[in-house]
Amino acid sequence: MVTIRDLMKALSITNLTKTYSNGNQALKGIDLSVESGDFYALLGPNGAGKTTAIGIVSSLVNKSGGEVQVFGHSIDSELEAAKACIGIVPQEVNLNLWESVGNIVANQAGYYGLHGKLAKQRVEKYLRALRLWDRRDDIARSLSGGMKRRLMIARALVHEPRLLILDEPTAGVDIEIRRSMWEFLRQINEAGTTIILTTHYLEEAESLCRHIAIIDEGTIIEDARMSDVLRKLQREVFVLSLAEELSAAPALDGFMTRLRGDCELEVEKGPDCDLNDLFVQLNARNIHVSSLRNKANRLEELFMRLVESKQQEAEL
Amino acid sequence: MNIGLNVVAAKTIVRKEIVRVMRIWVQTIVPPAITMTLYFIIFGNLIGRRIGSMDGFDYMQYIAPGLIMMSVITNSYGNVVSSFFGAKFGRHIEEMLVAPMSYATIIIGHVAGGVLRGLLVGLLVTIIALFFTRLTVAHPLVVISIVLLSSIVFSLAGFINAIFARKFDDISIVPTFVLTPLTYLGGVFYSISMLPEFWQNVSKANPILYMVNAFRYGILGTSDISIGHAYAILIVFVVVLFSGCMYLMQRGIGIRE
Repeated sequence: MVTIRDLMKALSITNLTKTYSNGNQALKGIDLSVESGDFYALLGPNGAGKTTAIGIVSSLVNKSGGEVQVFGHSIDSELEAAKACIGIVPQEVNLNLWESVGNIVANQAGYYGLHGKLAKQRVEKYLRALRLWDRRDDIARSLSGGMKRRLMIARALVHEPRLLILDEPTAGVDIEIRRSMWEFLRQINEAGTTIILTTHYLEEAESLCRHIAIIDEGTIIEDARMSDVLRKLQREVFVLSLAEELSAAPALDGFMTRLRGDCELEVEKGPDCDLNDLFVQLNARNIHVSSLRNKANRLEELFMRLVESKQQEAEL
Repeated sequence: MNIGLNVVAAKTIVRKEIVRVMRIWVQTIVPPAITMTLYFIIFGNLIGRRIGSMDGFDYMQYIAPGLIMMSVITNSYGNVVSSFFGAKFGRHIEEMLVAPMSYATIIIGHVAGGVLRGLLVGLLVTIIALFFTRLTVAHPLVVISIVLLSSIVFSLAGFINAIFARKFDDISIVPTFVLTPLTYLGGVFYSISMLPEFWQNVSKANPILYMVNAFRYGILGTSDISIGHAYAILIVFVVVLFSGCMYLMQRGIGIRE
């Protein structure tokens, strides 16, 4: 029986398993729960099982076991209702490269039952939103890599799905287009669309997503709010560009310091210190800082730590 | 099942197929027209004069229905197998698989596309035939129903071929090694009454013989086989092949991991 609570969940995955015909166990019983309206990141190294999980949800891959519900609709008993809720942007380009941009999106509208004036309005709306309207009569083959990605997003949105799944949507896309895609995704999420994103750009997940799950070797090794996950990081390393050269790294209470060249100072901050302490101590030593940056992406650091600790556990 | 959604989706697939056929008309429309013109010139005009009449008709008249049916069969099959396998190969089949339309809609849409191309090419070949011989239609309803059923049967067969095909070579094996021999041995160019009794019986195991002869009956009013048998065989093929397509789609064979 579908409860109101279930209906609130955009995606509910229970004990999902997948073993391919070659014996590869891609998913070993994962559980995931994505609330309606969430912006959810699914991270993991290559071959971790992300694309398999997304393939099962979008019914492109047969599952071996477990249960998947999309807005309360089981993919086993109400597949068509579940499919109607989903828009999918796959990792690899799967466009008919000889079809025109306009026809690709219009055909997708038709596959979801949209026709006539409504279909035309939606096609124009999303091609304009993704800045492809001027290319509507060109064949997909003539588009650049970034444009093909944007076309796949327009195609996935034309039926205005409640759940949008993007499998590495910004892979191979230049920074400017990536940033504009982020802005676009933020807007549609704010308008109510639940978004699940897999990405290799951890900065992307940190910037966009409110929840994060990390999958490795077919199991979920972390599933929490982004803020809670980032809070787990005990230490952060900053790189300070100095106005003047230093001959040796200064000793600072509560911080580890190391010189990187004559004008760059690396500072590791412990959990009990804050950056105000750092600047007070630097001012006292007459060391002027011209700029500051985070050495490593925090999420990337956590990701590596989690994956490595799991590998160590496996070795023991 | 949402009927309205599935009707719109089926229309979309058919429209997509028509756009595809017309976009590559040099590959889809022109070759059968040229091939059939050559058949009419060589077999009908040059060799046919020496053969004389067959079943009371001049040879050109006799082979015309068979050649029309041959073009309908090969083009219906070829359209579905190349379109559906192309979608698999290019992975844009996923556009249809993620959508909430039924598998029956995907099959019907592609089969309708195959039928339309088969009929278009069949009409073109009929017009070419009229340059070479005089054709009157003896039984119009038989002509329409047999050509429709035959193109549905071969569109469904093309769909199954596309499901199992893994590479482009696989979509030419069946037309080359099965379809073409069966068509040539299906009474397009001769009456099976010319064969020894044993080979007449062997020929009756060839389903294309029934389609060609039923179509010839519709146009000329003469046939080597019972028209009732032809309808029964065609209907059984449609049911069995459609069920096979549904089973394969539901199991995801050849289309899902």
